[in-house]
Amino acid sequence: MAAPKAFNATRGDKVFDIANIVLMSLVLIVTLYPFLNVLAISLNESGDTVRGGITIFPRVFTFENYQQIFQYEGLVRGLWVSIARTVIGTLFGLISASMLAYTLSRPDFQARKFTSTFLVVTMYVSGGLIPVYILFRDLDLLGTFWVYVLPTVVNAFNVIVIRSFMDGLPYALQESAKLDGANDFTIFWKIILPLCKPVLATIALFLAVGQWNSWFDTYLYNGRHPEWTTLQFELMKVLQSTQQGGSGQMVNANDMASKMQNISPESIKMAITIVVTVPILIVYPFLQKYFVSGMTLGAVKS
Amino acid sequence: MRTLTPGGTSKNPDTPAADSNAGKRFKKQGFWRTALQQRYLYLMSLPFVIWAFVFSYLPLWGWTMAFQDFKPGRGFFEQEWVGFEHFVQLFQDDRFYLALRNTLAMSVLGLLVGFVIPIIFAMLLNELRGMIFKRFVQTVSYLPHFVSWVVVAGLVTKMLSTQGGAINDLLLGLHLINEPIQFMAKGEWFWYIVTASDVWKEMGWNTIIYLAAITGIDPELYEASRVDGASRYRQMWHITLPGIRTTISVLFIMQIGHLLQIGFEKQFLLGNNLVQEYSQVLELYALQYGLQMGRFSYGTAISIFNSVVSVILLFTVNGIFKRISKESIM
Repeated sequence: MAAPKAFNATRGDKVFDIANIVLMSLVLIVTLYPFLNVLAISLNESGDTVRGGITIFPRVFTFENYQQIFQYEGLVRGLWVSIARTVIGTLFGLISASMLAYTLSRPDFQARKFTSTFLVVTMYVSGGLIPVYILFRDLDLLGTFWVYVLPTVVNAFNVIVIRSFMDGLPYALQESAKLDGANDFTIFWKIILPLCKPVLATIALFLAVGQWNSWFDTYLYNGRHPEWTTLQFELMKVLQSTQQGGSGQMVNANDMASKMQNISPESIKMAITIVVTVPILIVYPFLQKYFVSGMTLGAVKS
Repeated sequence: MRTLTPGGTSKNPDTPAADSNAGKRFKKQGFWRTALQQRYLYLMSLPFVIWAFVFSYLPLWGWTMAFQDFKPGRGFFEQEWVGFEHFVQLFQDDRFYLALRNTLAMSVLGLLVGFVIPIIFAMLLNELRGMIFKRFVQTVSYLPHFVSWVVVAGLVTKMLSTQGGAINDLLLGLHLINEPIQFMAKGEWFWYIVTASDVWKEMGWNTIIYLAAITGIDPELYEASRVDGASRYRQMWHITLPGIRTTISVLFIMQIGHLLQIGFEKQFLLGNNLVQEYSQVLELYALQYGLQMGRFSYGTAISIFNSVVSVILLFTVNGIFKRISKESIM
């Protein structure tokens, strides 16, 4: 519903409106300021930053910090691993969720009830940290790239969202194709999938963001395998190493900071934070329409 | 995503007609013939069902570890069974109660604050008249949701820092304090810092469903109330809020079910040695005193405790809710 038109707006209503706008502007500032502050520091000359007082504009502008961090091979490799897991993980996740959703949207499918229940249970029951760890060890997934993408392939929530969307498509489309002799896979691939672009965009966004942002799996499964560490994990190491005391577990001194004597850890942290954040910043506003309807599809059905 | 999984409540909104038709066809043709006809459907679902079995169901088998003295490298039948010994040990450990206290404290705080604020925020957003401004606020408010906890923890630490952190600068500038506060080193502040960070991150995102629910309210109700001279504030209180009541209660129950599953990322990333007494939550406890010390059985016992309590909570709350409102989400 659009906000009510201002007919016979009373003085109380006007006060309300102004207070509301002020409040919302405050929300904007509180949300945006930390990002702008970090951006400004990342673009500020490192020696000057130490003097303090940077708000949202750099004082001595430079790209030096970025040039420095990209000379550190751990970061560049982490970037590639992160990109790879995002692309592959999203692709796998989309294929599985859309196929499962299609079979569940077919009222005549024999195994529908079973599959549906089987998947919903996975949303509520989880084995927990250690049983999963032991399983991955037994499957020889520890210390490999595949530990990032294989466990997340099937996601019940995504299946439900796509399936809700498919339920809204006219069934007649499929029946006419069937009469023309198309098999179920062709119907899915040629007819249903192209119509599902909006919901697929939503799910792709969720999957990609999940992959890009995840760091704990790196910490737990690949922490001792530097060839597969991700960007988020590298950032986590830098942030934790210079924070007071660290988090208890992260005692290993950070080699990135020690390799770059001429810029301060502060500048390194801020520059990496921006590198990690920018891809998301670029993508999500364009998909807003899609993810809003996707979330609503997943939730309002009850 | 964690907080928003109510899709699971809507299993199979079957169309009865289609189902009974399918049933008839089964009987006419026989199971195997239909199965053969639907081979492509099976090919599209079976591999992923097996996949889900491996990655979601097989770990449940690992729960047996909690009742063994699990030694890696031994086969299942060579393990020594110890019954509830690990649970007894768990319930005798002071650190367990500390972790339980912290988990409950942060989840209850999160439930109270983190649940109410998005509702208020959604209602205020709905009252904004400038559409461009409203859009802009919405888009910006979604941003922190998409950013990882690593980044958010970095931002929070930066903002609360004693060296040029915005909060300390602001407080100093207003002469409310004389010297910077070491926020991240104060254990008793930790719960509130975590809650505030969580609100900052998810406030905008959690409005989506409420805003959708508000869209469903009949516009005539607003018009009628305006004719009666109701102020904007009264409209919010008497029309918007009752209009989204069902949505609120469903989401509330979902939240209760996750009371103990608050995650541990924020606590892990924002915590440090100085505040450990307040930052240690159950899952971190399982990580540190189970996995990292090689006590697999003990750690599994913690996870089981966590899951069992969650399920009990979910059913209890759902039961109470059913009594009160004759509605159920499960």
